[in-house]
Amino acid sequence: MTPFTYVRAADAADAIRLAGDPHARYLGGGTNLVDLMRQTIERPSRLVDITGLPSAIEEHKDGGLFIGAAARNTAVAAHPAIRRRYPMLARAIVAGASAQIRNMATVGGNILQRTRCAYFYDQAGARCNKREAGQGCDAIDGFNRTHAILGTSSFCVATHPSDMCVALSALDAIVHLKSRNCERTLPLNETHRLPGDRPDIETMLEPGELITAVAVPALSFATHSTYRKVRDRASYALALISVAAALELDGGTVKDVRLALGGVAHRPWRAWKAEATLRGQPATEEAFRAAAEAELADAKPLRDNGFKIELARRTIAAVLNQLKGAEA
Amino acid sequence: MSAGNSAIGAAMPLGPENWHESGAPDPIARHQHGLVGAQVSRVDGPLKVKGAARFAAEATLEGMVYAALAYSTIPKGRIATLETSAAEKAPGVVLVMTHRNAPRMKTIPSFLTAEKAMAGDDLPVMQDDRVHWNGQPIAVVLAETQEQADYARSLIRVSYDPEPAVTAFEQAKAARRPASFVGEPLKNDIKDAEAALSAAPYKVDNIYRTPRHNHNAMEPHAATLAWNGDELIVHDCTQGVAHTAWSLAQAFGIDEKQVRITAPYVGGGFGGKGLWQHQVLAAAASRLAGRPVRVTLSREGVYRVVGGRTNTEQRVAIGARADGRFEALIHTGVAALTKHNNMSEMFIFPARCVYSAASLKLAVEVAPMDMLANTFMRAPGESVGTFALESAVDELADKLAIDPIELRLRNEPEKDPISGLPFSSRHLVEAYRAGAERFGWNRRSSKPGARRDGEWLVGMGVATATYPYYRMPGGAARITLTRNGNATVEIAAHEMGMGTATVHAQVAATRLGLPIGQVNVVYGDSAFPGVIIAGGSQQTASVGAAIIAVQRALVIELLRLAGNASPLAGLGPNDVGSRDGGLCKLDEPDRYESYESILSRARRDEVSVEAEASPPDELTHWSMHSFGAMFCEVRVNAVTAETRVARFLGSFDCGRILNAKTAASQFRGGIIMGLGMALMEETQFDERNGRIMNPSLSEYHVPVHMDVPEIDIIWTDIPDPRAPTGAHGIGEIGITGTGAAVANAIYNATGKRVRDLPITPDKLL
Repeated sequence: MTPFTYVRAADAADAIRLAGDPHARYLGGGTNLVDLMRQTIERPSRLVDITGLPSAIEEHKDGGLFIGAAARNTAVAAHPAIRRRYPMLARAIVAGASAQIRNMATVGGNILQRTRCAYFYDQAGARCNKREAGQGCDAIDGFNRTHAILGTSSFCVATHPSDMCVALSALDAIVHLKSRNCERTLPLNETHRLPGDRPDIETMLEPGELITAVAVPALSFATHSTYRKVRDRASYALALISVAAALELDGGTVKDVRLALGGVAHRPWRAWKAEATLRGQPATEEAFRAAAEAELADAKPLRDNGFKIELARRTIAAVLNQLKGAEA
Repeated sequence: MSAGNSAIGAAMPLGPENWHESGAPDPIARHQHGLVGAQVSRVDGPLKVKGAARFAAEATLEGMVYAALAYSTIPKGRIATLETSAAEKAPGVVLVMTHRNAPRMKTIPSFLTAEKAMAGDDLPVMQDDRVHWNGQPIAVVLAETQEQADYARSLIRVSYDPEPAVTAFEQAKAARRPASFVGEPLKNDIKDAEAALSAAPYKVDNIYRTPRHNHNAMEPHAATLAWNGDELIVHDCTQGVAHTAWSLAQAFGIDEKQVRITAPYVGGGFGGKGLWQHQVLAAAASRLAGRPVRVTLSREGVYRVVGGRTNTEQRVAIGARADGRFEALIHTGVAALTKHNNMSEMFIFPARCVYSAASLKLAVEVAPMDMLANTFMRAPGESVGTFALESAVDELADKLAIDPIELRLRNEPEKDPISGLPFSSRHLVEAYRAGAERFGWNRRSSKPGARRDGEWLVGMGVATATYPYYRMPGGAARITLTRNGNATVEIAAHEMGMGTATVHAQVAATRLGLPIGQVNVVYGDSAFPGVIIAGGSQQTASVGAAIIAVQRALVIELLRLAGNASPLAGLGPNDVGSRDGGLCKLDEPDRYESYESILSRARRDEVSVEAEASPPDELTHWSMHSFGAMFCEVRVNAVTAETRVARFLGSFDCGRILNAKTAASQFRGGIIMGLGMALMEETQFDERNGRIMNPSLSEYHVPVHMDVPEIDIIWTDIPDPRAPTGAHGIGEIGITGTGAAVANAIYNATGKRVRDLPITPDKLL
């Protein structure tokens, strides 16, 4: 670990001021950043501890939620309104990491966590365009069983590791941002970038910009939602494929649907094509399967991860079937 | 031990003097209703729970500095430039050691090439600019704190002149050669098995593959050490204190007695806690810096410096008659190793003893690669060998439409198939019968894919577990008995969490006729007697034999001290037994004198004797193996192909079980490791450059709690009359058979046969 200084921010303005140095980093739960510092992949000059910033989870009159970015993952997953009205979000969070990590990890930090690609982590021994722009990518022809099938580039095939963000993507969450001169919001679905030729730039955040909160808009049929994660062991493993879905039926027809995938791309993958294919269609196994096909039509398998395409198809169809069955 | 003696307690005769063919069984083996076999909680448990057990990385020495290791990133070549000045100038740095300034050290013999050899390979340690594997240490930083050492390490810059390296298994296989293990060829032929296979009416013939595995003991490797002149003291975590002392002495050209290794607590060993470069480098750097050193490998460091289980490619072919009798059994294949070690993964060992076949062809070949030396890892050979063999037997059973247990029973051998020796104790049939009944094997459908519970396909599988009984020469112990009846047994053995300290306190107390609270077994110190390795599941036998010998020596000394005024006057060691804190004549238990009385009359505060175990002659007269029947029920998700193990039962035949509690835990631990091998464990060895890409517990998957179902353990508890204490070591057998039991259950659930571990969802989709 490279030596650094540590300060604790009193509020958002204080945090932004303290993080004025371009080599400063905000410190939430530290469950990812500290690991990266140990690997010397992150070498901040200063850590600005923002765990004292707002962490309240507020319910709005219209039914939406407003979650302070310092809220711990465990607190979000355990919140009664979230468990009742947004089960996909609660389930996504508890599907991730371990209880100890969720107790520490913050909502803001979860959004900004970095890929677990082994070649990204091997600072000394592997090339990675995400770690160092232009260095090359050793994952494309290496171990890539867990890597992306959608939205990849010849520069990077890494995935975004978050489970929570897959649910937030499906729920059209809004990220609240604050910087020295500006406060703004960004849809979660526009927060993370695809790799393109600059996989080192992972989000649309400006340097020094701070996530202060995440708003989850009201969605009546989110009560009828779930999250399913397929993985190599029963817990503490990244998603091979994960699916966040909410389904609203009108008789036997799909009135509305939200669908997002994890473990497939450089960002939480909102399945816009599948949603569009499904709306107004009969809620049948064939329609679910066709929607999955539509979403995965552009999927590009690598050496080891071709199975993800079929696995994603099956999991999408199974999750939608389950939601349909539960409604019926 | 008749009931008539119960008022004054039964006398326990001494253990056998030797293990000749005609020798009598150890009387303790059939001792019932006492400490032996009881559910005694581990004596070191409270210390460990309280955090008071001091492990190697917790030893503190005055003036100690901390080490960090830098590792190579190429598999083979030379170091071209090595820039250390920034590291040297970093805060707190005391020394940067590289091949340029490391003290000259001699080559250390690799494991099994000499009596006390303990090193993973015989490469020179930081003596030149050569790189032999990707991850080899190239520099050591010593600093006042671990953080300072780690940071300074990150400032070292290195470049290489790479040389062509063999890092792809297919390439390595081109240069394969016949393998041997401890000098013995890994090859057996009985008649023409290939011809018998061709002629057999029923046959299976397939290739099975197992990946590399890495050691992931809970405690990463660590050593805290200091020089005092030419004497080296090392607080280590090792499975062989005497071996490590001797091996380190070779490096530094000193006498083995000048090296003292203590390892009172070892946080898991599994074959990985030997002598690797980190101890040697820490000792060298300590000598150079003139400061005590603590080296604690990071988890990544363990993957770079400590070898693991190598990969294998195995062919198993079985030719059978319609009644299931094996006409031919062929088990051959190839495993990777290096040019600098000779650890040939001996996956044919199970096929040498489990079945009777009219013809046999067994052979291991090895393919040298440029990689970190592979090593022993829980049941090397048997763990992966039983996966292939026992999968093949299941495939044959399916083909013959014979129940897989019945097929195995029809091929039970009468005697050792290779040596022709009689089995000392073999009760696999009983283990199968008891296991099948308890597990509900009759509920299994012989038709694959027949049971479904919602999305889940349910299946059952079975496989044979087996591991040899070994006892290596070198067992010895010292016992000190005080006038107030407290005994301390000193023995250079190891407690790595298995229950060694507890079990031998039970055994020693029973032999001496003392309460367990008055017997203290101390271990983990090279200053104690014995050259004992906690490996090959042989430590229990080795320690057992050493305690028999030292008790005999003690009794001889006590009888001498007792003199003519004692009721024991004139008796020899075979005439007496122990009871109630003293000795008595075996057939006249009233002729008794307490230890206290003997020592008091002799005006002695204590008596202390040392003895060596009698040689392991039992192994020359008998074929000695442990067995088990492993039963598994899996659920495989029909949508996602995720496998979850629902139930597991291990039914073991391992001689006398000495402690029901620690034994069950150890069997379970082995089975859990086997579940990991079956479903998830895999070292990602990048064949482009020999780099291990998942050196972390988040990316190298071992089972988490949710992956482990209830595991039921039963045993025959039939003592082996040819083994000290009647017991077999049980550290390794639990992992054997488990992989195949899972794979066979998956086949029963899904109809899909996976011959390539681990069985991850992608292989079942």
